[in-house]
Amino acid sequence: MSSKNDDTDTQGISYLTSLPRRVVTVYVPLAIFVFVLLFPFYWMVITSLKPDNELLSRDGNPFWVIHPTLAHFNKLLFHTSYPAWLWNTVIVTVVATFVSLLCSVLAAYAIERLRFRGARQIGLSIFLAYLVPPSILFIPLASIVFQLGLFDTRWALILTYPTFLIPFSTWLLMGYFRSIPFELEECALIDGATRLEILWKIVLPLSVPGLISAGIFAFTLSWNEFIYALTFISSSEVKTVPVGVVTELVEGDVYHWGALMAGALFGSLPVAVIYSFFVEYYVSGLTGAVKE
Amino acid sequence: MLPAGVLLLLFLTYPLGLGIWLGFTDTKIGRGGAWIGLENYQFLWSDSVTRLALFNTLFYTFIASVVKFVLGLWLAILLNERLPLKTFFRSVILLPYIVPTALSAIAFWWIYDSQFSIISWALVKMGLIDHYIDFLGDPWNARISTIVANIWRGVPFVAITLLAGLQTISPSLYEAGAIDGASGWQRFRFITLPLLTPIIAVVMTFSVLFTFTDFQLIYVLTRGGPLNATHLMATLSFQRAISGGALGEGAAIAVAMVPFLLAAILFSYFGLQRRAWQQGGSDK
Repeated sequence: MSSKNDDTDTQGISYLTSLPRRVVTVYVPLAIFVFVLLFPFYWMVITSLKPDNELLSRDGNPFWVIHPTLAHFNKLLFHTSYPAWLWNTVIVTVVATFVSLLCSVLAAYAIERLRFRGARQIGLSIFLAYLVPPSILFIPLASIVFQLGLFDTRWALILTYPTFLIPFSTWLLMGYFRSIPFELEECALIDGATRLEILWKIVLPLSVPGLISAGIFAFTLSWNEFIYALTFISSSEVKTVPVGVVTELVEGDVYHWGALMAGALFGSLPVAVIYSFFVEYYVSGLTGAVKE
Repeated sequence: MLPAGVLLLLFLTYPLGLGIWLGFTDTKIGRGGAWIGLENYQFLWSDSVTRLALFNTLFYTFIASVVKFVLGLWLAILLNERLPLKTFFRSVILLPYIVPTALSAIAFWWIYDSQFSIISWALVKMGLIDHYIDFLGDPWNARISTIVANIWRGVPFVAITLLAGLQTISPSLYEAGAIDGASGWQRFRFITLPLLTPIIAVVMTFSVLFTFTDFQLIYVLTRGGPLNATHLMATLSFQRAISGGALGEGAAIAVAMVPFLLAAILFSYFGLQRRAWQQGGSDK
């Protein structure tokens, strides 16, 4: 945080660079980056507010809305299964996140603090498990889900999402637990606390920031999940937002762009809001997990 | 420990094994398969669509990763400058990364629309082109368009993690370099890059891994079309296994990705080792 430097400047000598030069080498490129990275969101908002005739006209200025309308949101919320998708996504995400966090805390604590043979190897294999991508696992998982009779239910997602959530949060929490002084626990052990008491009363309160990071990651990852939800769910009522929007609002020859964009926007909002409240945790979690 | 272990064994290790086994069978949806050995792989190797998908995947991964690296590093360096509203920029820039890919891909789908594309509109108004570009209808246009969307989504991740790496480099090194008369480029080449190498290795492994196995973006934007021009291994595997019902064949395609991923993971492992070694620690 404190050091602010780059290839041409350091905090100490940056006053040597003139302002016009900084405008060209720093501000202009940065402005372009921000513009390009944010433009699609702006475009989503604008499109979702445009009435159809403005949307499909090539005249005038497409970058602005002349007669903003909420018709697309109205259609989305009251004439499609969108609310059901939203509800499914919330349930699946919350339960999967909670289950994963619970498992990860126990697993990470065990790996870090209960000294048993092979703990290091298990730690490494957790990391490797995180690197196994869903696009390799979805076929066998589909057949398991089918055999368990969970096909087309929320349980299919609640039980499979932890496969990518647990490795990631465990990895994150392992790093966090490692930073808690061991002596605290030793004192408690001497005073006769059990392992679970130590975990509950000492370790967890101290690792709240780590838990928050892991929680946000689990939340965003499961909210974004696509391929499992696409594969394991077939009825409209059980779909999640990303899959529902893509498979149900897109079908047919006439694309309802306004409603599509409204759906995309509305589905992105929850993660964006949660993220904006906890940016610092998210960023530190992201960089921490990569650097570990 | 136990609950995590059970869940992971049941839903991760077992599926991985099952997937590999399925690759050796002719399982269809709704009917168990028989062991057919390497037949799937032999068939796939002679199948022109699979070969095209392999080519597309390598092309997609290579171009997207290189561009993501260059732009990400550049953005990280810019963000590392003395800036007003620095925290704000940092958080805003990650947005493309956290928003569900399927949903932002829809925005790109609309931006690439053949009749109403805003890009075409702007270029026509500027007088640079005289007819609308068919972004997703032409094989090479579609490849480039999907790659651009992937880069858009991936740059923030690379930038933010590299930024974290940049912030660990002490400013005094740059001052020393400047006093010794090093130019801006020399300071970048001989101070920034070497110190950043370990984290670059890890970040790029992640980036390559997730680009290689990408699914959502292609599925939403093109479903592998036009003429299979944008099929990646993952989308082809989905199409054969779930839409086509040939679970065994699809599993074989998915398993065929594993060697590439293993290579990336090994690379990452040695990257990590090197980092621990460079910092004089042996904590790994």
